[in-house]
Amino acid sequence: MSSAPVLPLARDASSRFLPWLIAFMVWLAAMALAAVLVLSSYGNQWRSNLTGTLTVQITTTSDEAVETTEQRLNRALEIIRKTPGVVSTEAVPLKRISDLLAPWLGRDVVSESLGLPIPRLIDVRINPEKNIDVAALWERLNKEVSGTQVDDHGAWLDKLIALAGAVEAITLAVLVLISIAAVATVVFATRTSLTIHRDVIELLHVIGAKDQYVADQFHWHALTLGLKGGIAGVFLATATLLGLVSLWSGVESSLLPPISLSIWQWICVLAVAFAAAGISTVTARITVLRALGRMP
Amino acid sequence: MVLGGGDVIRFQNVGVRYGLGPKILHDVSLRLEEGSFHFLTGASGAGKSSLLRLMYLANQPSRGLISLFGHDIATTPKRDLPGLRRQVGVVFQDFRLIDHLTAMENVALPLRVAGASEEQVREHVPELLNWVGLSDQIDARPPTLSGGQKQRVAIARAIIARPKLLLADEPTGNVDDHIAMRLMHLFEELNKIGTTVVVATHNKSLVTGFAHPRLHLANGELEVLKAGTPFSEHEDETDAEDRR
Ligand SMILES: Nc1ncnc2c1ncn2[C@@H]1O[C@H](COP(=O)(O)OP(=O)(O)OP(=O)(O)O)[C@@H](O)[C@H]1O
Ligand SMILES: [Mg+2]
Repeated sequence: MSSAPVLPLARDASSRFLPWLIAFMVWLAAMALAAVLVLSSYGNQWRSNLTGTLTVQITTTSDEAVETTEQRLNRALEIIRKTPGVVSTEAVPLKRISDLLAPWLGRDVVSESLGLPIPRLIDVRINPEKNIDVAALWERLNKEVSGTQVDDHGAWLDKLIALAGAVEAITLAVLVLISIAAVATVVFATRTSLTIHRDVIELLHVIGAKDQYVADQFHWHALTLGLKGGIAGVFLATATLLGLVSLWSGVESSLLPPISLSIWQWICVLAVAFAAAGISTVTARITVLRALGRMP
Repeated sequence: MVLGGGDVIRFQNVGVRYGLGPKILHDVSLRLEEGSFHFLTGASGAGKSSLLRLMYLANQPSRGLISLFGHDIATTPKRDLPGLRRQVGVVFQDFRLIDHLTAMENVALPLRVAGASEEQVREHVPELLNWVGLSDQIDARPPTLSGGQKQRVAIARAIIARPKLLLADEPTGNVDDHIAMRLMHLFEELNKIGTTVVVATHNKSLVTGFAHPRLHLANGELEVLKAGTPFSEHEDETDAEDRR
């Protein structure tokens, strides 16, 4: 026989609006969490992709007679190859450099026949774990081969990673604020319920109900509401994220790798529902026990 | 601290005032021995309900000591109070039935709060409701019951868990004389098996019809009158005033 609950909490107005509020907060929190996860995986990707490469540029000099660009290129290759931590080197073929420059300068200008000074490039793959001393390499190349420049992509990459880090931090702060708002909402809803059911709670108190007995009723009620709202919110967040992923896949860019969440990251996002139910339950319980503690 | 071994209740110089209002009880000292039966009288507003509220631990006194079943309430840990309260059955002046629960569920409440099994509930509650003449109303909710029926549900709830101390605040105010007598006899039966009883009432014929001592409240002071002490003229006056 399932008897009617002693405290008819399900009939309170808060039982109707609280799941919606929780759903909305869970949606926000899940989106923020997804953003944090995507940003941190971008950061990792950028770091491992770009810090693994260096580009060395050999500019043409005025005294080609002394040493041709080609010769300097070979000497530079020699030096780089001997540097510890370098995995491979490749001189970018002239043809590809011309192709790169053509859209800006015109096919005719860059064609070799005109003798335009075209710099040469060397792609260097380095072992990112070895923390190669780029400054020292640059110094040595400059000393031994005139007209070299080393670009380690570091400067702008650092800025990009810093930007991503800042966005990540702000998003985390948003997550914390949403959690605080959720706690405050549940506290107010619970206090309202306590006031509505004050008579019955006082009666239970006087006939010898332990505080736990009353708190248990609020506990299960808050768990139900939290789960309802949490599941609805996560459902909406999943739909939103899937929509974003499909829009994103239409944008091709090497800088913005396709957003995709790993199975673990999806689990994290789904776990927001349970976090919401947990926050709601614990908050309600503590609020009730504190209120009951003030009774004589 | 354990005070007065055989006493169910002991008050020492107890004073009560609500907030900054006037003193309702001044300097009340009293002892209720185990198995005793007392009436509690006094004009309306004399503080009968206030005194009972102290006894069932719903309020704390502004001053003085209260001990219940030998436990000094001021020094008893809070977690032990529910256990003491469960040994006290209370019939509230305003019944305090829960409107959305059936008569059966209202009466079962003290059992449920104490963690009794479903079998115990289904065995004892209908039996008691039958005894107070409400076997037809087991599934009725309080708003559909008459005043006297509500009162009987409230009494059934107060005694279902076999309390050691029964406090009844105007338990016969809404029932006819026949039922009032029946309820009084029920209280006497409970008293015979050891329950300590206090009945607050305005009903003089009830007080004179039973040979029990009377606690009389006037001007914040408590007087203990032996059974059979006649009502004073002054009391008649104030009572007449109440009856208006
Ligand atoms: N919660 C409260 N806050 C403030 N004053 C109160 C409170 N409860 C009772 N009083 C006051 O205390 C006094 C005694 O009230 P109480 O209810 O104890 O009287 P009573 O003897 O039970 O009266 P009655 O016979 O009408 O039930 C009254 O003046 C009342 O106004
Ligand atoms: Mg009263």
